[in-house]
Amino acid sequence: MSEKSPLSGVFFMTGDTACAEGAISAGCRFFAGYPITPATEIAERMAERMPQISGTYVQMEDEIASMNAVLGASWAGVKAMTATSGPGFSLMMENLGLGIMTETPCVLVNVQRGGPSTGLPTLVAQADMMQARWGSHGAYEIIALSPNSPQELFFLTIRAFNLSEKYRTPVLIMTDEVVGHMTERVVIPPHKNIARYARRKPQVPPGEFLPYKGSDDLVPPMANAGDGYRIHMTGLTHDERGYPDTTAEAQGRLIRRLIDKIQTNKDDIIEVEEDQLDDADVAICSYGISARVALLPIEQARQEGIKVGLLRLITVWPFPEEHVRRVAKNVKAIVVPELNNGQIALEVERCVAGAARVIPVPHMGGDIHQPQDILDAIHRGAK
Amino acid sequence: MIDEQVLDGLHPMDKLLRADRIPHIWCPGCGIGTVVYSFLSALIKSGLDLDKVAVVSGIGCTGRAAGYINLDSFHTTHGRALPFATGLKLGNPELKVVVFSGDGDLISIGGNHFIHAARRNMDIAVICVNNFTYGMTGGQLGPTTPIRAKTTTSPYGNTEHPFNLPYLAAASGAVYVARWTSLDARRTERAIGEALAKKGFSFVEVIAPCPTLYGNMNKMKTGLDQMRFYEENSVIRHGAEPKDVDITLNGQIIVGKFVDIEKPTYLDLRDNIGSIV
Ligand SMILES: Cc1ncc(C[n+]2csc(CCOP(=O)(O)OP(=O)(O)O)c2C)c(N)n1
Ligand code: SF4
Ligand SMILES: [Mg+2]
Repeated sequence: MSEKSPLSGVFFMTGDTACAEGAISAGCRFFAGYPITPATEIAERMAERMPQISGTYVQMEDEIASMNAVLGASWAGVKAMTATSGPGFSLMMENLGLGIMTETPCVLVNVQRGGPSTGLPTLVAQADMMQARWGSHGAYEIIALSPNSPQELFFLTIRAFNLSEKYRTPVLIMTDEVVGHMTERVVIPPHKNIARYARRKPQVPPGEFLPYKGSDDLVPPMANAGDGYRIHMTGLTHDERGYPDTTAEAQGRLIRRLIDKIQTNKDDIIEVEEDQLDDADVAICSYGISARVALLPIEQARQEGIKVGLLRLITVWPFPEEHVRRVAKNVKAIVVPELNNGQIALEVERCVAGAARVIPVPHMGGDIHQPQDILDAIHRGAK
Repeated sequence: MIDEQVLDGLHPMDKLLRADRIPHIWCPGCGIGTVVYSFLSALIKSGLDLDKVAVVSGIGCTGRAAGYINLDSFHTTHGRALPFATGLKLGNPELKVVVFSGDGDLISIGGNHFIHAARRNMDIAVICVNNFTYGMTGGQLGPTTPIRAKTTTSPYGNTEHPFNLPYLAAASGAVYVARWTSLDARRTERAIGEALAKKGFSFVEVIAPCPTLYGNMNKMKTGLDQMRFYEENSVIRHGAEPKDVDITLNGQIIVGKFVDIEKPTYLDLRDNIGSIV
């Protein structure tokens, strides 16, 4: 790569590369990571590109360190990202929680592979979806996005950075090995056409600034280290000054706000794709690569005369409850193919609450679904 | 000469302390506060722009220091102060980044980060308060607990070899390594001053009393008993071989400056590749 600045134009690139370029387009100038298949190519691309654009690539000693370095860089005022897969994602969980508690914008990419443990290092799964939701201890809300192509991974990486800055929270990109390693056409718009959310800075002088007092949208502006605000950040439950306050009242106030800042802004955060749902008797609800695999059985079923539509979850967390409920009112069944034993299917069941049948199509990963398995589930749902 | 601050009713360190957070959590006789004082005195004398100094702590009694110091201050998770500090420093190289944390935090759960930050010669000054135990959790065995010392999880006496911290730091690549006891507040201050002025990974170990737990379980029930022990048993030996400065339960504590060398830092080396990118 001889390009020295954010790219623009038409490219043929892998999802992992598109993710790295999306980050650069979003303004990311810090990447800390530790090699792990199938996310390594993101780190390699960043190692090549960061020095070209006055950014930092640092290879840390493990994923715990990577996650912390990203948080530190974000407090220095730099947009920061890390990328990993299953085992590394597990190691990042404690400090993902630190990022949530201290409201530190950053992006964490999980290119999912088969687990548990070392599992299938080079092969696909989508089995960390619940870990993404609940993997760190404590009560919290999280934002997680799931792309179905390198092009979408590019755009969702930009979106992830913008959401993380806007809501002051770590954002997860829950992609998978197939999307990460697939090579496809990726169009990168001119750099000036890409919207980048600028961190909101305090509007009052030091001394008057309450670093953990939410504004109208419940999100506090953020002073970076070195700005002269002498802020204190702690993973302990804290008050609006950022000082530890380990009482039930302070816990109630802080955790309530951290949850509400995501919940009350759901309309802005949630993005789904709805296709052919108007007349549908059966809906597919899926995400990432599995939603893409479902396109063929949907077409086949339509040719057979079965009316099938697709609800594709681009934002997986917070869960698009309203969208699922709306679809459930008009269909007999919702088919949920995913590369695990049924994780998002549980969420769909919770939202549908009996209004339609929910038919999971579990697959443990290693490869993607056979379209026939999804078609069979559609047949069952149409009965 | 009358000190104006005394007339103001201000403590000389008030500007650098978050007075609205006092009283602090530390026990009477605890050595951590003394080390904070030495650190803040060194900072004042350093001439550094204090708006560009950041303090990062992990978790522990010592880790609470970040919360009392009126600078940009970060109380991270247990063991993770150094990687957080690494991100902070690389994110904004203008910052002077200081890690202030305990022996368990930096050397046990954070041990891997410690050796790697030293290996990289990351531009961070590390102040480690070594009280030979996990104070915050109630006085358990830690990575520096001397053999035979009693803790709540070594009730019959510790049977594990402890780390010799200056040796570990030097072997891992630190360019400045010193050890003092909290009794030596002025020498501690001077060492921290040198560490702050040093480019690269500098390390100051400060042996400090934990009378409530470690002292109580090891026949030194008050902070004063421990200070007396330091007075009688610490021996200044500048330039001592780090491998020779092990600490035993009742033996000598060798203190002094052991390492002070020049070596390109992480940023020096990284910025050198600029021309070939
Ligand atoms: C992951 C994790 N494990 C355990 C703990 C509990 N914990 C809190 S402080 C501490 C030990 C602190 O010891 P040290 O760093 O020596 O600090 P001191 O209290 O002695 O100053 C432990 C084990 C924790 N907070 N996080
Ligand atoms: S428990 Fe020990 S280390 Fe902690 S504050 Fe008390 S004396 Fe200090
Ligand atoms: Mg300790």
